[in-house]
Amino acid sequence: MTGWQTLFYKEVLRFWKVSFQTIAAPVLTAVLYMLIFGHVLENHVKVYDSVPYTAFLVPGLVMMSVLQNAFANSSSSLIQSKIMGNLVFVLLTPLSHWSWFFAYVASSMVRGLAVGAGVFVVTAWFTPLSYAAPLWIITFAVLGAALLGALGLVAGLWAEKFDQLAAFQNFVIMPMTFLSGVFYSIHSLPLVWQQVSHLNPFFYMIDGFRYGFFGQSDVSPWISLAVVGSALLIVSAATVKLLQSGYKIRS
Amino acid sequence: MSALSFQSVSKIYPAKSQGGAALKALDHVSFDIEEGEFFGLLGPNGAGKTTLISILAGLSLASSGHVTVHGHDVQTDYAQARRLLGVVPQELVFDPFFSVREALKIQSGYFGVKHNDDWIDELLHSLGLADKAHANMRQLSGGMKRRVLVAQALVHKPRVIVLDEPTAGVDVELRQTLWQFIAKLNKQGHTVLLTTHYLEEAEALCGRLAMLKQGRVVALESTSELLKSASSNVLRFKVDAPLPAELAAKARVTGRIVQFPAQNAVEIEQYLAAVRQAGLVAEDVEIRKADLEDVFLEVMSGAAS
Repeated sequence: MTGWQTLFYKEVLRFWKVSFQTIAAPVLTAVLYMLIFGHVLENHVKVYDSVPYTAFLVPGLVMMSVLQNAFANSSSSLIQSKIMGNLVFVLLTPLSHWSWFFAYVASSMVRGLAVGAGVFVVTAWFTPLSYAAPLWIITFAVLGAALLGALGLVAGLWAEKFDQLAAFQNFVIMPMTFLSGVFYSIHSLPLVWQQVSHLNPFFYMIDGFRYGFFGQSDVSPWISLAVVGSALLIVSAATVKLLQSGYKIRS
Repeated sequence: MSALSFQSVSKIYPAKSQGGAALKALDHVSFDIEEGEFFGLLGPNGAGKTTLISILAGLSLASSGHVTVHGHDVQTDYAQARRLLGVVPQELVFDPFFSVREALKIQSGYFGVKHNDDWIDELLHSLGLADKAHANMRQLSGGMKRRVLVAQALVHKPRVIVLDEPTAGVDVELRQTLWQFIAKLNKQGHTVLLTTHYLEEAEALCGRLAMLKQGRVVALESTSELLKSASSNVLRFKVDAPLPAELAAKARVTGRIVQFPAQNAVEIEQYLAAVRQAGLVAEDVEIRKADLEDVFLEVMSGAAS
């Protein structure tokens, strides 16, 4: 294995060794959302004309799990290594900032997609789903996982303490995910909030992902692709820049 | 070409609060270490030893100046420089997710070293870790963790080995094992840079020494020259009561033990007479050759601060 592949392997091994906590637990959480919201709202909320609420909810929960776990992986790995001091083992190596970037982001994608697949397999039991455009499903899952993996890297570099990271997670990532249309179609919102939702990049990830299932979405998947793709490029460029400068890891 | 070259390296930490003073951790430090040397970097706490090593290792960036490893600049050509360096960090850090062997294999991988099992086995054996290979890192005692740190620094067979206080808080057995192994590597041609507070270790192992004080090099010489330069003898005895202040100022006092640096027999007689006049009785009197600790204290007290 080359250097970056080793770092990637180590990062995957790290969450795999505690997979009960890093994969099984988030799958269970998503299933609970599904059971509760699905049960309560099934007969009250109509989303697209022909789509039952539970079916609408499944892709939302899958994508939310992908995003949250991709973020959690890179951010918690980095903050733990910084606080334990064992980041020094990586800092002492010839690995370039690109190697760091690819290894941390790719391993976060693996974790995000693994949890997403788990959530999908379990929740798909509860409701019949259609798969109108599978390529869109894969595209948005992969791009979303990469974007959140990179964001997690930024947060992990920036945070010096666990509570700073928790704040980032609770005050930025959580609201942006919950307000992105995981549980509802933004067309059900008042006009003002629909417009606000359009400023949230997470909305496009979930909307585009959902298009892959139902062939219907709030905006065109091509627009979503453009927004998510641009966000990924911008965040990646910033992350690589931070890594190159040694932001908060090389004093 | 030197194995290591420090060229006018300075490190200034900006003031933490407004109105606070910036801290000059290193002030134009310059010296070279040749290939195959066993070199000691000495100095009191806060002298800048670890800062200098951090800059060498790329953990910290110099405010000005350059550091090269076999001609490769640690900043502009960091990949090549770090391949040549094996650094044992001072802090006792470990990755709790892995076993000893996993940690060593992963560390090899970072350096792109494949099929490294033979060398890993040799490292485990030489450092007395063979029976701990499959133990998880968190199960190891402090001394064992320290051995793994050394092994991790050596997985890629670096030409230059840097040890930052490797024997701090370590038992006698490990010190012996460690120094035997490092001395063997040094004989095979590896350059060694060592910082330590154990001056008898530095005296026994290092061919050349640099002493740092408040970020500046205050001595740079072969160990034997440094020992020669000091007062050649030390008068050592025990007393039951404290010395008078003007005498105590000239001595190194450790509890009951008093040591005076002395050039010749006349000085020794004068010290003993002064003790007698103060009404004290000197017991267990001996005269010995000055060691590195005496030189260290002389240099540190003499160097302008």
